[in-house]
This record gives sequence, structure tokens and C-alpha cells, in this order.
Amino acid sequence: MILGEITLGHYLALSGLLFLVGLAGVLLRRSLLIVMMSLELLLNAANLALVAAARFKGIPDPQVAVFFVITVAAAEVAVGLAILVAIFRLKKSTSAEDFSSLKF
Amino acid sequence: MEQIFFWSLAVGLLAAATAVVTLRNPVTNAVCLVLALVLQAALFITLEATFLAAVQVIVYAGAVMVLFLFVIMLLDVKAEARRPVPWAKAGAVLVGAVAVVAGVPKLVATFPAAREPLRWSSHAMPFGAKELGTLLFTSYAPLFLTTGVLLLVATIGVVVLCRRDPSP
Repeated sequence: MILGEITLGHYLALSGLLFLVGLAGVLLRRSLLIVMMSLELLLNAANLALVAAARFKGIPDPQVAVFFVITVAAAEVAVGLAILVAIFRLKKSTSAEDFSSLKF
Repeated sequence: MEQIFFWSLAVGLLAAATAVVTLRNPVTNAVCLVLALVLQAALFITLEATFLAAVQVIVYAGAVMVLFLFVIMLLDVKAEARRPVPWAKAGAVLVGAVAVVAGVPKLVATFPAAREPLRWSSHAMPFGAKELGTLLFTSYAPLFLTTGVLLLVATIGVVVLCRRDPSP
């Protein structure tokens, strides 16, 4: 059954696995650059699920949502990397362990 | 045919994503992320979302990854030092992986319609740029305009954040 025809479940399982890989990156890595790359993986996992749903239902609306997700992700990366550059100038590091001044 | 494409792309995508998360050199991570994004664009094509595949390659694999590589070069980031793996968190992720692989296909199969295979349809481009553009400029026009404002605000914010000498 698993190796038979490709169904919606296959795409959703792949999306879930991709999300888990990205989540592992966000949780386990300390370099903020890698954490941001993992965030991209998370957004892409969601995009994959949306496109699979659009194909399954035969409606274009989820694809429009993916379009917006891609746009917002581009803005998020730009602002995040700008914060990273600014904080690197201050602390000379990109490791999350060195940015603990707001830690309670 | 669908099976060959799906399984090779899926395995490649997961391998590239794992490389992004596990490797130590940031430049290697970025290149692996480009690979993952391109493979995902190919998966979009298998789902007949051709316009989104093009957008994915141009915006993500092109613009966003150039931004990443540019920052890596700018910051001169060294390879991250090894540290003990936090096994509790890694175990939690592994449990999640098992749950997804075992659970999602069964959960989806409880919907009768979801058991039908997603075969490639004969007609080309069900949702191309035309259909998405029509939707974007009619039903989703307010969101589309808001996205424009968001990008403008992000651009100004980036310029302000990275100024060398913030004058009062």
C-alpha cells in the first residue's frame, strides 16, 4: 500500500517529515544562520502540504496562499539577517548562546 | 512514472534537508538548502503547480539564498564547534518522525477520497500564472496590496537596522 500509487497521504507524510527535520534544526542548532535556514525548511514543508491540498481538491486558492508564504518568508529572511548582521557587529558572534542578555 | 519521480525527489529532499541541519560548514549548509529548494520546486511540478515551481526557483533558490550566502561571506562565519548532542530533544524529534510516517497515511486514508491516487492529468498547467494572477488581482487584491506594504516596511526596516551610525 505504501509503495503503490502516490496519494495525498504520501505528500503530507513527506511534508511532515520535512517539518520535523526543520524543527530539529531549530531546536538542536546554536548558530543563528542555521536556525534561519531551518526556518526556511519549516515554511517549505507547509508550502508542500498546501500545494498537495490544491492538487487534491483541484482549487487554486492554496497555491495563492503559498505565493504569500514565499513573499512573507523573503521579508522575514531580510529582516532576520539584518538583525543578525547588527548583533554580529555588537557581539562578534552568531551563536545563540552568546545572545543571552534578555534571558530571565 | 509518478512513483519514480515522487520517491527519488522525496528521498533527495529529505537527504538535502538533513544535510542542512547536520553539517557544520555554513556555506555547505546554504548549498544543500539550495538543493532542497530546487528539489521541492520539482515536487511542485509533479503536483502540477508549474507557476509556483518557477517562483520557488527564482525567489527562494535565487534571491533568498544569495542573501544567505552574502551574509555568510560578510560575517566570515566559522564552522560551528562540536558540542554534545542533546539526546532528549533529538529523541523527541525521532518519536515525532515515527509518528508522522506511521500516522499520516493512515489518517489521510480515513477520508475515502484521499485513497484515490494523484495521477498526472492529461491537460497541461491546470493552475498557471493566468489563474493565480486572476485570483491575486480580484479576490486576494487587498492581501496582495498589504504584501506590497509589508515588503516596503521590511526594506526600510533592514536599512534602519544596518545603519552604521544611528543619528538621533
